[in-house]
Amino acid sequence: MLSTPAGVLLLLAWIHPSYALYFHIGETEKKCFIEEIPDETMVIGKYRTQLWDKQTSSFLPSTPGLGMHVEIKDPDTKIILSRQYGSDGRFTFTSHTPGEHQICLHSNSTKMALFAGGKLRVHLDIQVGEHTNNYPEIAAKDKLTELQLRVRQLLDQVEQIQKEQNYQRYREERFRMTSESTNQRVLWWSIAQTLILIITGIWQMKHLKSFFEAKKLV
Amino acid sequence: MLGLGLSCLLLHVFVVFGTELTFELPDNDKQCFYEELEKDVKFDIDFQVISGGNYDVDCFVTDPQNNVLYNEKKKQYDSFSHTTAMKGVYKVCFSNEFSTFTHKIVYLEFRHGDEDPLLQSMTSSTALTQLESSCVSIHEILKVVADSQTWYRLREAYDRTKAEHLLERVTFWSIGQTVLLFVIGIGQVMLLRSFFTEKKGSVAATT
Repeated sequence: MLSTPAGVLLLLAWIHPSYALYFHIGETEKKCFIEEIPDETMVIGKYRTQLWDKQTSSFLPSTPGLGMHVEIKDPDTKIILSRQYGSDGRFTFTSHTPGEHQICLHSNSTKMALFAGGKLRVHLDIQVGEHTNNYPEIAAKDKLTELQLRVRQLLDQVEQIQKEQNYQRYREERFRMTSESTNQRVLWWSIAQTLILIITGIWQMKHLKSFFEAKKLV
Repeated sequence: MLGLGLSCLLLHVFVVFGTELTFELPDNDKQCFYEELEKDVKFDIDFQVISGGNYDVDCFVTDPQNNVLYNEKKKQYDSFSHTTAMKGVYKVCFSNEFSTFTHKIVYLEFRHGDEDPLLQSMTSSTALTQLESSCVSIHEILKVVADSQTWYRLREAYDRTKAEHLLERVTFWSIGQTVLLFVIGIGQVMLLRSFFTEKKGSVAATT
């Protein structure tokens, strides 16, 4: 009776979770990703690293002893998370200011030997907003039926859309301020430069006239 | 029951539907992303250059046998769709090698496969009630709305960086031109004076 779920559990524990995209990173290289998000939005990042093994000429499934340093900055370039994780890691944060957050990853390896092949493969998956919700968990915790769970998902989606719309209003205001500032500056500098031109022209003529009169050439 | 609960917990770690990444591409650099896909899987790649230089980037996509599926130079944004013919690792690369000093910020969205069902029990084979199918329709439409919002967010970011760049250039050139005006204005007068002072001196010397 209990063996079937246990069997499923064991099977899943053996199958490696396959995350999305992966890329290669050098030893001292820092890779940064930008997430432009509204406020009070949760972001979950999961990564998995694999190291190039010269002997087998392939990537090892996991690298013990190798960690990644994760640094997250908010739109005011203030560090909100700066932590070391192992070769497989999961980091999470919630934004308190809307804007561009920067997620930077770099390996903490100090031993040159580990990177002899020069390549570290990093699988990365970043989920934002309602994609961070774990619906099976929510269903189990709040004891929701399937229909109730679907409606909950729709509610979360709509909430995220609303947050994004508020953020858009805030962004449009910033954009408008920049445009108006440019407009003002162009106007004032044009007027100022025309005045400077006229004044310089008049001064030049007056100065030269008095100079030539002094030299008795006029 | 415990086992089922535990397995449900583990089941959330699954093949992801899609990834969006916004990354910085330094000048003279190339950045590649790889994805392992099964056969007959439809994938979509969307990319946009949000800031930097002329807002363009080179992009190419190759299949596991290194055949080029898509290759475009200096594009500001584009969309590419393909159904995989074989299983393996597909590569998307962005190149900024044509640029000498501008670094670009590129947004990439890689979608593949179908979306996971909400709960493992909700497979597509079970018949849906009218309420449930309404929920599914609303969910799909909301996804379109969210995608549309992402598109507008990126366009706005692009326009905003352009406007900020313009403001910077206007300020810089205004100050530069004012300084240049003063220098030339005074310089011209000084030069003219120096011509006549010399001549007067040489005329006086010859008489």
